[in-house]
Amino acid sequence: MSAPRPSSAAGRWVREHLVLVLGLLVLAYTFVPIAIVVLMSFNAPASRNVYAFDAFTLDNWANPCADPSMCDALARSVQIGLLSTLVATVLGTLAAFALVRHDFAGRSASNLLVFLPMAAPEIVLGSSLLALFVATGFSGQLGFWTIFVAHVMFCLSFVVVAVRARLAGMDDHLEQAAMDLYATPAQTFWRVTFPLVFPGILGAALLSFSLSFDDFIITNLNAGTTTTFPMYVWGVAQRGVPMQVNVIGTVMFLVSVAIVVVGEVGNRRRLAART
Amino acid sequence: MSQVAETPTSPEHPPAAAHGDHAAYDGLRLRDVTKEFPGGFTAVRSLDLDVPRGSFFALLGPSGCGKTTTLRMVAGLETPTSGSITLAGQDITYAKPYRRPVNTVFQSYALFPHLDIFENVAFGLRRRKTKDVDAKVREMLELVELTSQARKRPAQLSGGQQQRVALARALINNPEVLLLDEPLGALDLKLRRSMQIEVKRIQVEVGRTFVHVTHDQEEAMTMADTVAVMNGGVIEQMGAPAELYENPRSTFVANFLGQSNLIEGRVLRRAADVTTVEMHGIEVSVPSPRVHTDADAGWVGIRPEKVLVGRPGEELDAPGNTIPGGVVSDVSFVGVSTQYLVRMPWGQELQVFSQNTGRTHMFTQGESVELSWRPEYAFLLDRSQDADAGAAERVGG
Repeated sequence: MSAPRPSSAAGRWVREHLVLVLGLLVLAYTFVPIAIVVLMSFNAPASRNVYAFDAFTLDNWANPCADPSMCDALARSVQIGLLSTLVATVLGTLAAFALVRHDFAGRSASNLLVFLPMAAPEIVLGSSLLALFVATGFSGQLGFWTIFVAHVMFCLSFVVVAVRARLAGMDDHLEQAAMDLYATPAQTFWRVTFPLVFPGILGAALLSFSLSFDDFIITNLNAGTTTTFPMYVWGVAQRGVPMQVNVIGTVMFLVSVAIVVVGEVGNRRRLAART
Repeated sequence: MSQVAETPTSPEHPPAAAHGDHAAYDGLRLRDVTKEFPGGFTAVRSLDLDVPRGSFFALLGPSGCGKTTTLRMVAGLETPTSGSITLAGQDITYAKPYRRPVNTVFQSYALFPHLDIFENVAFGLRRRKTKDVDAKVREMLELVELTSQARKRPAQLSGGQQQRVALARALINNPEVLLLDEPLGALDLKLRRSMQIEVKRIQVEVGRTFVHVTHDQEEAMTMADTVAVMNGGVIEQMGAPAELYENPRSTFVANFLGQSNLIEGRVLRRAADVTTVEMHGIEVSVPSPRVHTDADAGWVGIRPEKVLVGRPGEELDAPGNTIPGGVVSDVSFVGVSTQYLVRMPWGQELQVFSQNTGRTHMFTQGESVELSWRPEYAFLLDRSQDADAGAAERVGG
């Protein structure tokens, strides 16, 4: 062993707090873009250069629907998101139960195939879905409902995987104990199985909504003349995004944070009430 | 193999006629129950079992012997391939688990993690829409000393407390039969001992039939009135713990329930009271009720603590023959007793447990000794059985 090298105080501090430093860097990496979005939502651009902060204003927040076509696209995205989340969550949960609880011919094949939409490139899924719609004579009907069908398709795998993991991690004895304690199969499901799997279902639903709301590639290929929010942003990006897009982005971010915080606070309060 | 428990039942419930009339029997009765699993594994073979009402019954056996499958068939969580199960005269063979007056304490406790202790215990009452749920749950929590934990979640409780919640959750329903599936297995030794006494106390207090599945022979003997030793899907022997221990009928029971010395012998004479056996040139006698073979050859069995050890020529407190020529090959001092291994002239090592009364001589390795025992403690088993059967599966000493 050689004698310890003399080093600067700062160098020593960084070495001793390496985990903290790295953690802060990762957080910065993640949050700086979001911070820019929040900042830009208060921007009053002086020129066509919408990417420079010019002057502070609340106008963007006061008139979020200054461009009505943006709010139309937003409303459509929310509708598609909610509807496809609902359908994908219900179907995916049922499929997960079947895959975990029932033995049927082709179960292991189904378990594998369910991963495919997650693994396949979106552009492949989108274009093959378009080919299917056109081949089956739906080329004239491309729009809200074809987007909905596409979103249900790719959300489904995520729901199945999330709910299946939750179900597989559940002790079988819990349901047996419920039946042993006079619960009928229906009561066993609603009193024991469902409450225990619910966090998985809820997580899957939130994931579905964000995937659906966010999707551009598959949507763009199957939308016909319909415009969703991501498509709108892409379209206007050529000629300068209106600052209201940043307002929507900030609101979406705050809503997600609120959901996480409410869930966490609820959890802690429930635990605290019992100790 | 068909056996019927001979345990005394509580005075209010005299044992019913042991044969025929199922409707008259008020306990739990299994008749010719077989369970085959898909894939051909037979977990339980043609099992007959009578558990008298109000008794504490233990199904004892190594893992895979079919004891848990038997329990699950009584609970309704498995359906027998053939045979019948009746409870207080009612045929429950195919009844749904939620339609039989039987509750189970699971090995993993299976407490509902999303419900607090109070709601876990109240679960069965609420499903049956019983009145006075609050008062009953409080009373039950008092019985298991968990009143202060009522609003906690299962995950916040220790293993012993969770175990008591599982017991309370099952007992509150006042089941005809309470099934316990190795409920103490996950606890450490000290806690397990105190829970054994606790569960036994509760059983006496509530006076219900308890069927306890365990692989721990000491636990079975401590807690149960009647123990059925199971092996390979059949019951090897059934009876009171002392009876099983003192008079085992097979090498499996002799080895699984405590330890035994099994010495090869040949039957010389059979009389009504005593059977004489020649054992490597020495004649020993075995009480005839303890002889469990019709053949000429057999295993003479003697428990290690019944064997007396002395210096050559020393007078031993045993009227039987003395077996000379032993050499101490191993000595372990365990405090309350000293355990010797004694190599006999025919090459076999016999185990001897000598109580440390303070008046016994401590032998050292290599010392020459003689062994003897009181003939009434010996038993004779079938020579065709494996002398080591059950020894490897035994838990602890």
